[in-house]
Amino acid sequence: MAEKLLMKGNEAIAIAAIRCGCDGYFGYPITPQSEVMETLMEEKPWETTGMVVLQAESEVASINMLYGGAACGKKVMTSSSSPGISLMCEGFSYMAGAELPCLVANVVRGGPGLGSIQASQADYFQAVKGGGHGDYQLIVLAPNSVQEMYDFVDLGFELAFKYRNPALILTDGVIGQMMEKVELRPEKPRWTDEEIIKLHGSWATTGKTKDRPQHAVTSLALESAVLEKFNLKLIEKYKQLNELEVRFEKINCDDADYLIIAYGSASRVCEKAVELARNEGIKVGLLRPITLYPFPTKAIQDMVKQLKAIITVEMSAGQMVQDVRLAVNGAIPVEYFGRLGGIIPTPEEVVVALKNIIK
Amino acid sequence: MDVKDIIKPENKVYGKCPVMTEKVLHYCPGCSHGTIHKLLAEVIDEMNIQDKTIAVSPVGCSVFAYNYIDIDWQQAAHGRACALATGVKRLCPDKYVFTYQGDGDLAAIGTAETIHACNRGENIVVILVNNAIYGMTGGQMSPLTLEGQVTSTTPYGRKIELNGYPLKITNLAAQLDGTCYVTRQSVQNAAAVRRTKKAIRKAFENSAQKKGTSLIEVVSSCNSGWKLSPIGANKWMEDNLFPFYPLGDLKDK
Ligand SMILES: Cc1ncc(C[n+]2csc(CCOP(=O)(O)OP(=O)(O)O)c2C)c(N)n1
Repeated sequence: MAEKLLMKGNEAIAIAAIRCGCDGYFGYPITPQSEVMETLMEEKPWETTGMVVLQAESEVASINMLYGGAACGKKVMTSSSSPGISLMCEGFSYMAGAELPCLVANVVRGGPGLGSIQASQADYFQAVKGGGHGDYQLIVLAPNSVQEMYDFVDLGFELAFKYRNPALILTDGVIGQMMEKVELRPEKPRWTDEEIIKLHGSWATTGKTKDRPQHAVTSLALESAVLEKFNLKLIEKYKQLNELEVRFEKINCDDADYLIIAYGSASRVCEKAVELARNEGIKVGLLRPITLYPFPTKAIQDMVKQLKAIITVEMSAGQMVQDVRLAVNGAIPVEYFGRLGGIIPTPEEVVVALKNIIK
Repeated sequence: MDVKDIIKPENKVYGKCPVMTEKVLHYCPGCSHGTIHKLLAEVIDEMNIQDKTIAVSPVGCSVFAYNYIDIDWQQAAHGRACALATGVKRLCPDKYVFTYQGDGDLAAIGTAETIHACNRGENIVVILVNNAIYGMTGGQMSPLTLEGQVTSTTPYGRKIELNGYPLKITNLAAQLDGTCYVTRQSVQNAAAVRRTKKAIRKAFENSAQKKGTSLIEVVSSCNSGWKLSPIGANKWMEDNLFPFYPLGDLKDK
């Protein structure tokens, strides 16, 4: 039987990184995610797998250390929370522009500004609509359990390398701090230099040998026609993501008249809310986006015919609701319910909000 | 004797460095960047480390340095070169890693990344091309612009009350325990070029010996930005920049 351990969400990210062959972690402390780097420092992976762990002088530096490592074809990651992620947005844009893979975890806290250290989902827009400049997208994964915190590290790397694009785990202080049982997956060794050349030798800066031209990893394209061509290439990449990589979970949806859409810790609350509402005879289901980018637009559209209304439950002022409205395009009412400032909605509150849209 | 009889392999005393590409430099005539590029290429060639060198280009006039030196390059966001170089060197410790940066890139927007890389003693080489101005964006003031120096954002000369003092970032780097070799050089004549090349070679050798960070400031001319002729720019540099930024080693550990 696979080994199961009790651990915090943040610890799960660290342990998964070591076990899935990550080459380097570069980070800067911030609550509520400091356990990621603390766990790594305690585990000393440089003595076992050879993984490098370095505390940077800022989040600006850590994301740019990722750029350096990623451009060498290495599996690199960082983690932070909202204010630190804002500082990394420059780096996201450059890495998306240079088509570099990396993994970033944002353990979101309340904002704007220094905000609070409590859990929040207020960074949805920043994660899925950009944050940095230019036409780019991050691949955004939203775990709702400690097991998924663990599993999405490997999945994040897989997608990041498949599409040569930064991937982001968008989670929050609740999932980062809560403890659950985690099944450890089989270990993956780090890539050897030879494997890196075999897998990424067409673009990575592994050292210019006589048998190949120089590699210059850059996001610079001064000629408009060249840049437009590159922009179109990115659009094609994002189209592929939307066709192939959408992930979501549906609970009690088959006979549903009403649908709650929620991700991350809010979806855990909504699982309970669905149970409570169904006990009262309300036919409600839950759709949980697992990938926030690409967004499960089609899955929502496919359900519109059977539904009377949709409500999103978010720990934000109503951000994801806009993407749901775009998907539904006015066919049925789409409402939002949320709590802000780091407050987690209760299942009872969600049921009340649901009843409000029914009457 | 005909000239053709002299042009023979055995008579060759100097040639284009094979680590320089065939591309025509985009730099203004009189600019120091091209000379410094050539010296880097020559050192890489002479040490036979073309396949072991990874360089980081900045945002500034030398953003396209990768077009000219035939090695693997990474192009950094403005000021972040030393953070990229840290990532590369930590994950590829057997590579030679250098950054190539202007004074604005290294000592304004990138001060934190530079100082902390030097302070951690990253085994990298940092090349600072100090032309006391933002060349690429049209000649604005940089932190290293001299007091009284006219630039497009100090049209009446840099004033200390308004802009503070010129930043001797190289002196600052020499104070840090992580740096092993800090020197200030120039490339305006043959003797200076030879000294700078020796400094670059030494810096690369320091990397191999894991001695820490080597920083080479090359006090450079920007005749376009300074609105001078190439010869006039070299004279202005000798008369004004060298007294404030004296050449020579600041640290050699
Ligand atoms: C974040 C950001 N801010 C500003 C710029 C505009 N910019 C491009 S190059 C440059 C200054 C370059 O000066 P320096 O580093 O001294 O190099 P030089 O061009 O003189 O060689 C600036 C401000 C930019 N590209 N990115």
